[in-house]
Formats: sequence, C-alpha cells, structure tokens
Amino acid sequence: MAATIDPILGRYVHVSLGGRPHRIYFEEAGQGIPLVCLHTAGADGRQFRHLMTDAAVTAHFRVLAFDLPWHGKSTPPEGWQREEYRLTTRGYTEAIRSFCAALELAKPVVLGCSIGGRIVLNLAIEHGGEFRALIGLESADYQAPWYDTDWLHRPDVHGGEVCAGLVSGMMAPQSPEASRWETLWQYMQSGPGVFKGDLHFYRVDGDLRGKVGAIDTARCPLFLLTGEYDFSCTPEDTARTARQIAGAETVVMEKLGHFPMSENPAQFRRYLLPVLERIRARQ
Amino acid sequence: MAEATGQGTLAADLAARIDSLPALVNGDPWLVHRGRFVDVELLVEIGGAAHYLTIEHGSVVALARGPRPLRSWRFALRAGEAAWRRFWQEMPEPHYHDLFAMAKRGELSIEGDLQPFMANLLYFKDLLAAPRRQAREG
Repeated sequence: MAATIDPILGRYVHVSLGGRPHRIYFEEAGQGIPLVCLHTAGADGRQFRHLMTDAAVTAHFRVLAFDLPWHGKSTPPEGWQREEYRLTTRGYTEAIRSFCAALELAKPVVLGCSIGGRIVLNLAIEHGGEFRALIGLESADYQAPWYDTDWLHRPDVHGGEVCAGLVSGMMAPQSPEASRWETLWQYMQSGPGVFKGDLHFYRVDGDLRGKVGAIDTARCPLFLLTGEYDFSCTPEDTARTARQIAGAETVVMEKLGHFPMSENPAQFRRYLLPVLERIRARQ
Repeated sequence: MAEATGQGTLAADLAARIDSLPALVNGDPWLVHRGRFVDVELLVEIGGAAHYLTIEHGSVVALARGPRPLRSWRFALRAGEAAWRRFWQEMPEPHYHDLFAMAKRGELSIEGDLQPFMANLLYFKDLLAAPRRQAREG
C-alpha cells in the first residue's frame, strides 16, 4: 500500500534581517496566487498544515508559511544567547517583505493570525500597494492585556506548559479535542522567552490605534475574520478596528477561537474559502 | 433550594456543581497524574460562599464549605454565582468558557501567591472546569 505523504515541501531561505544573516524555514504547497501565512505568537508555520493539504485552496493558491526568526525551525541569529528576543513592528514588517522578495513572490496575499493579524494592518498602512489582498485573523489595532507576561519566562514555571495553559482557553469548546491539543503541543515547544518576546510587539510596540484610518482598501482589499470565542482579540475589538477603515470587511466566525486554522480546520475553511474565492475573482 | 453557608446562601445547583468536583478530579487518573506535584490549599468563592480545597499530590483530599475564620490559603478564585453558573454550563458561551476570559471581563478575581497556579495551569483549569461534567450527567 502506498504511503500517505502530505504534499508539503519544507526548505530554508537565507535572508538578511536587521543587518544580520538569518536562515528561515518555510513550507509550501499548491500553485497559483502566492498566499503567505503568518503564524501566531510563540508558535510556528505548522499551524497552516491543514490549509496546505486542502485541495480547494492549493488548486489556486501557492500557500507558503515561514517560521519567524527564533520560531519553529528558523535559527535564531548568531549571538542570540546574549540578548533578549523582542519582536518589533519594524522587524516583523521587514521579515515579511524580505521573505516575499527573496522568493520573488509577485503581489502575494498575506494572511496572518493574532500577531500576524496585527501586522497585516501595518502592511496595509505602509505597503498596501505590494499586496493583492490582506487577511487578518483575530486582528485588531490593539487589545487590552490580560496577564503579566513575566510568567512566560522564569525558572520556577515551565515555559512550554504555561504558554499552553494561557492560550488553551482561547479556543472554542466546540473545537475537536485532537486539534486543540495539537495546537497546544506547538505552544509547548517554543523556545524560552519567545512567546513573551512576540507579545512585546503585540502589547507595546505594535499599538496601531489612530493609524489604521490610513488604510486604502481600494488599493488592497482587507478582510478581518475573528472567532466568537476569542476573548484576547474579541469580535468587538475587530469591529472597532474595522469601523475606522473604509471598505474593510469583517466576519465573526462561530464556534471558533483565536487559532481558527489549527483548532478547527473544517469549521475555518467554511469562512476562508469564500474570501479566497473573492480574491481570485478580483484579478 | 439553597444551602446555608454562614455568609448568605448557596444555590442548590451551584452546591451540586462544586460538591461534584473532588470525585470528578480524583476519578480522572490522568488529571491527578498531571497534578502530581501539586500540594496546596486554595479558596474558591461562589458569591459569598467560601470553599477551601485541599490538594495533595494532585488529588482533592478535602472540600470545606463556609466561613473558616483565620484559615489560610495560597491563592483564591472569586466570582459571583451567575458567573460560575455560566462557567459550569455543559457548553459554555463565549467569555465564560475559560477562567482568564472571565477574569479579563472582571467577573473573576485571581489573588494570592499565583506561582503554584501558573506552574500547574493546565491542571487547575481542568480541575475547576470538572463540574461541567456534572452538568452533563446531572
């Protein structure tokens, strides 16, 4: 009997970020319009494996997901042992644009979740002309913090366990148990302090309040999809953001939380496929 | 139906939920295993009704309801009756499906020495959600 092999290819691309060489891991599947997927804080590109094995997506889109530096199989930059990792708006934006440039992606669609949902708003503000469309999952210009991030990186609390414990309740109770625990497994594996460093962007450096009104959706369409069980980025947070952006489209996704693509892929595709269809039709 | 606690009363449905907790936790060998390093006394307040849970090696060895003057605890979770009732539904609605969701909404306070709570977060979340199974089974 032939083995079941996912049609996903993983490779490494070398790019310079912040003036330092980086080796970035990425996976891809499908062909057509480039669709670059951005993982959540403290996670990696594995969150998109279901999208990459969905023929309804890969028939028309080249789905790519890269691991941010310090995440997944991307190596931290040389000298990492003597610095504290902190994601910034500038560094995150540079990483996405450098990845797209290195792979010579022509007018890609970028889909980002959580911190990825935040940064697509910044892409829309600063570089909207470079993208065919932008999709923010669990996306808002700002969200109120709900815990002290010092818990995420200290010797008397296991980092992987506490990261998983903090995000476990951000998924919908209806999501399949196996998918929820697979999502948590990835959180248990991030490097020490990496989730905390990502939240520096989310809470401090990446506050986009007062800036999203500059987004021109005629130049680059913007879709914002948020799960009803996401209490970190609530549907109200997304709606408040969208009200400031003429032409932004929002969808509240039922029975989903903060990790739609990995916590319940079957439920998520019901919301994503119509959006992808519209992006295709617009060409 | 309500039970006198010395600080007002506790509705019968909530008394049944919290009273079900020790057996539900202790009857789940994997949950007890996950909490095998937990030895702690915590306070769970449902409205005005205090509940002291004593945990040893992940098992709930005692549940005491009512005022216990000068009794100490390591950390406390306090919410109103309506919030706990929504939290312990078989299929909770958004904002009541998770302890931190309720805390962010200002409906639950989490106080005291939180190190044992945060160091065993998945354990304590499942422990406090265990009465949802009582809701399912009645």
